[in-house]
Amino acid sequence: MHITDILVTGEPIIYGAMVSMALVGIALLFILTYFKKWKWLWSEWLTTVDHKKIGVMYILSALLMLFRGGVDAMMMRVQLAFPDLGFLNSQHYNEIFTTHGTIMIIFMAMPFLIGLMNIIVPLQIGARDFAFPYLNALSFWSFFFGMALFNISFVIGGSPDAGWTSYTPLSGAAMSPGPGQNFYLMGLQLSGIGTLATGINLMVTILKMRAPGMKLFHMPIFTWSTLVTCFIIVFAFPILTVALALLTIDRIFGAQFFTLTGEGLPMMWANLFWMWGHPEVYIVILPAFGIFSEVIATFAKKRLFGYNVMVWSMIVIALLSFLVWVHHFFTMGAGAFVNSVFSVSTMLIAVPTGVKIFNWLATLYKSKIEFTVPMLWSLAFIPSFILGGVTGVMLGMAAADYQFHNSYFLIAHFHYVLIAGTVFACFAGLVFWYPKMFGHKMNERLGKWAFWLFFFGFHVCFFPQYFLGLDGMPRRLFITNVAEWLPLNVISTVGAFGMGLGFIVFVYNVYYSFRYSARETTGDSWNGNGRTLEWATTTPVPYYNFATVPYVDEIDPYIRMKEEGKTTFEEDKVKPIHMPSYTGQPFIMMAFLGLASFGLVFEWMYVAVFGLIGAVFMMIRRSFDYDDGYYVPVEEIKRTEKKARGL
Amino acid sequence: MAAEELKTGPLEYRTQEGQMGIMGFWIFLGAEVVLFATLFATYAVLFGRTADAPLPSELFEPGIVLVMTFLLLTSSFTCGLAIHEMRRGSVKGLILWMVITLALGLGFLGFEIYEFVHYAHEGATIQSSAFWSAFFILAGTHGLHVTLGIGWAILLLIQIKQRGLTNVTSRKFFIISLYWHFLDVIWIFIFTSVYLIGMVI
Repeated sequence: MHITDILVTGEPIIYGAMVSMALVGIALLFILTYFKKWKWLWSEWLTTVDHKKIGVMYILSALLMLFRGGVDAMMMRVQLAFPDLGFLNSQHYNEIFTTHGTIMIIFMAMPFLIGLMNIIVPLQIGARDFAFPYLNALSFWSFFFGMALFNISFVIGGSPDAGWTSYTPLSGAAMSPGPGQNFYLMGLQLSGIGTLATGINLMVTILKMRAPGMKLFHMPIFTWSTLVTCFIIVFAFPILTVALALLTIDRIFGAQFFTLTGEGLPMMWANLFWMWGHPEVYIVILPAFGIFSEVIATFAKKRLFGYNVMVWSMIVIALLSFLVWVHHFFTMGAGAFVNSVFSVSTMLIAVPTGVKIFNWLATLYKSKIEFTVPMLWSLAFIPSFILGGVTGVMLGMAAADYQFHNSYFLIAHFHYVLIAGTVFACFAGLVFWYPKMFGHKMNERLGKWAFWLFFFGFHVCFFPQYFLGLDGMPRRLFITNVAEWLPLNVISTVGAFGMGLGFIVFVYNVYYSFRYSARETTGDSWNGNGRTLEWATTTPVPYYNFATVPYVDEIDPYIRMKEEGKTTFEEDKVKPIHMPSYTGQPFIMMAFLGLASFGLVFEWMYVAVFGLIGAVFMMIRRSFDYDDGYYVPVEEIKRTEKKARGL
Repeated sequence: MAAEELKTGPLEYRTQEGQMGIMGFWIFLGAEVVLFATLFATYAVLFGRTADAPLPSELFEPGIVLVMTFLLLTSSFTCGLAIHEMRRGSVKGLILWMVITLALGLGFLGFEIYEFVHYAHEGATIQSSAFWSAFFILAGTHGLHVTLGIGWAILLLIQIKQRGLTNVTSRKFFIISLYWHFLDVIWIFIFTSVYLIGMVI
């Protein structure tokens, strides 16, 4: 096969993307070589098992994917505002809405939140690292190569074009031949390995590595949300694994699970997909709730109202999330009884969610609110999310859903919950914990510009879409030259560009703050308002996190520690700290699996088998690897701590 | 973190690292339960959708499946004996019973491969109908797990030869025993809900 056979040709926009990717690639190679950074890249980042560095890599990748998915969104909005311009053709439009959805959920929202969990959860519970640091690196690289595989699809082989839900029979071999859908299947499968491993890893970390004295109901609320999320991950992701595997086997090996021949059942895909897919939306919203709870308590300077109720409502949400999947396809014809059951279970979820909303409001009640950037994102979340939640209940009414189904009303609904919930939380969490990660804050003035642009852009973009939906505009529509729809579509596009502008200001702020922000001198970055253990250690965080781990027997332990003058450095109690060694194995193992997946995408079995053998070989090497890390000597800890604390 | 080491109790539980590894594996088995549950559900949904291929009642035979069941259940018992020997501190006993376990597992695998080839000759392949796709993937996923388990156990047998019983090697053997018993449990479900029901209906 010749290289030109697999390159996507004939699209000026894609040629442009190819050229710019090549230029960025050459520039990166040049910079790394010119500044002699190759060794640094390998020994500090590619081989790291440090949860903080892995978290940073997750967040960087997620920001990159937010950019890619955002560009997809802009292109769709341009097409919809100027339908006669011929900006995109129908095939390209199909590919773009597919990659936009998949990237935003799988390669943006989840890695962003998992990145924050990576960095913050061990710090909040007083742990030195994850339970399984090697596995954590493995998780990241499986996500990374899955992401890379999915993203190269638009220049090599062609992107998937059957929607992010990839419904059969459309996504089967008969109706979508070629590598496009295979990219979707293999990219998600590969990164799914990492997600499941992270779920197990964080669960064990939280259950077994908490500071002495810290009971489950002493844990910070973000850690609680992570624990509940991990529970959902462990029980939902295997369903996706099976669904993707079955469709892959259908497409590549000719099985009949979802086909129209051989008595296959295309509707089974929708069930399997949403049995994972609905818990998945709670995987990306519960950590967001956790972040907002932390930010609101910190800047309202009060203990979170109704801590126990908050935890229990998350647990109830997690359980209910497995019992509502049919509401994604009420119109498929399951019958009145089944639809009614799932309608009721869907509306039940509104109860614990409503409880959480009231608890946030009660936390704010009569408090002295400090309007920092993370707090602005959190305050904006509450009313915006309620708009999304209430329209969700409307969609949950099975009879009414026959009107709303697959219209822009639905599009507006889930963007209101996913952006106002998850994306706002990602920004809030990143700005909030930024000083812990990088040793300086993000500039507040630029941060507020980014916030207001994004916030107004968001509402201008998506609020009109509710009305477009009620006017009958269906989703995934390429030509919208119906005169009544045009004004609202233009307004929506203006809003989308507002959000894009906000994102640019946000990214510029990263650079600006790196250059000009004051460096942090204390660990308690937000005017001494920190409540939980992550603020108790120094900034930047030493690689062993805590010189001595404090005894914790209450919620918000750092407040009393400050009152009593205690720190995480009690000089007479310092002992050697055991740390894991860095290793390049996870990177290499996952590179081999990435190669195997790439081979399967094009059905080049030799490449696939070669990659698999390489991966198995790396696993065997791992089994014989008895490196159990090293000890940080007491002297080094004392030296580091004294320097960081100015003692 | 694994600084402190207990002086009593089973070797594999004496370090925090060991405890965490075992707990992590239990959670992983929870995920495996979901994975197999999904495959069982798929099989149940596609039951009877045989299209032009033979019916399961025409192909399933009690004899060979009973032998397979006997082999695998016995291997679970010998695997338990291996861990019992490990707890007694006997490397020799551990290796002996583990090798017997693997031999039984290989026997099971041999019969399963023979069975699959036989079905294929009779016109029931993964491509012939939705039912047979579901059957082969469900039973095949179990078979793949057994294969991986055998390969994994061989690696561990080499390591115990090299290093003897330590916190780490005993943890590894304890974990693979959990895995092996789990595969046994899955097989019981396959035996009853796939083969026994398939023979009758």
